[in-house]
Amino acid sequence: MTRAYFLFCLICLLALPGRAYAIENHPPLANPVLESRYEHLTEEIRCLVCQDQNIANSPAPLAADLRYEVRRMLKAGRSNRGIKAYLVHRYGDFVLFKPPLQSDTWVLWFGPFLAVAAGLILVAVLAWQRHRTYRKEHHEALTP
Amino acid sequence: MKRGLRYVIFVVPVLLMVGFLGILWAGLGHNPSIVPSPLIGKSAPTLILPRLRHPAQMVNRSYFLGHVTLLNVWASWCISCRYEHPTLLWLKRKGVRILGVDYKDKRTAALDYLRKNGNPYQEVVFDRRGLTTINWGVYGTPETFVVGPHAIIRYKYVGPISLRVARRVIYPLVRRLDSDGPST
Repeated sequence: MTRAYFLFCLICLLALPGRAYAIENHPPLANPVLESRYEHLTEEIRCLVCQDQNIANSPAPLAADLRYEVRRMLKAGRSNRGIKAYLVHRYGDFVLFKPPLQSDTWVLWFGPFLAVAAGLILVAVLAWQRHRTYRKEHHEALTP
Repeated sequence: MKRGLRYVIFVVPVLLMVGFLGILWAGLGHNPSIVPSPLIGKSAPTLILPRLRHPAQMVNRSYFLGHVTLLNVWASWCISCRYEHPTLLWLKRKGVRILGVDYKDKRTAALDYLRKNGNPYQEVVFDRRGLTTINWGVYGTPETFVVGPHAIIRYKYVGPISLRVARRVIYPLVRRLDSDGPST
């Protein structure tokens, strides 16, 4: 344990993102792959008590319990999909920040694009209409 | 033709706007803190918890079989549970079977609470860490499930049950499930 090594560790610690020591009340998972999956998952899961926060950033006790459950399932070898399915099965789609693409969320995902397309079509039709009347009037003016 | 098009151009945005305002209006009456449970109509999740009074004895899912049961998540530290308590006592007097899940509590505090305020529960189990309740999709106290005699979840109520809700919704539902329970 040289002084340089200690300094290096200290710099690494300081370089960690804020959330790592803001809320988290557990040491990181031993396996770095699991830890990165853990960080990713907890950012996608909504805390149902303070609904505009994800469980990674929420100080609510329920969020801590949900983080614990996510860690437990990661260690048990569950897939990301399996962990999300576990939570959705109990809390509904609302527990996910990003709504899944399925029949009842179709409008949510594609509605805005459809609205823009409809607007563009409307503008195109109007422009074409105007262009036609303009041309007609112009043409008549030139031929007395 | 041209008049028709102009008519469409004026009417369609107005209709869209009215529809949009309708959606917003409906949204005003929606309470976002009540998240509908996807467990309704599904089999009750695992529940293996020690009894509050006799920690060595466990209660499991088979507790639900054969009877309509109200599963009520509460705690002695929970203020809204105090508002709900008289309703639970009323339901008990009506013969409703209630399983209390004491959530993240202290045994002595919970027992004190029941001694002082009366015990509406046929059985109380103790979820010290609150992890079993996560399995039930619970995110606060009080929350109440109506569980059918085949351990199927029929209804969930988030927040304290008022006497009005108990009279109009919960008790009639329990009666109905009870009457078609044994035959099916």
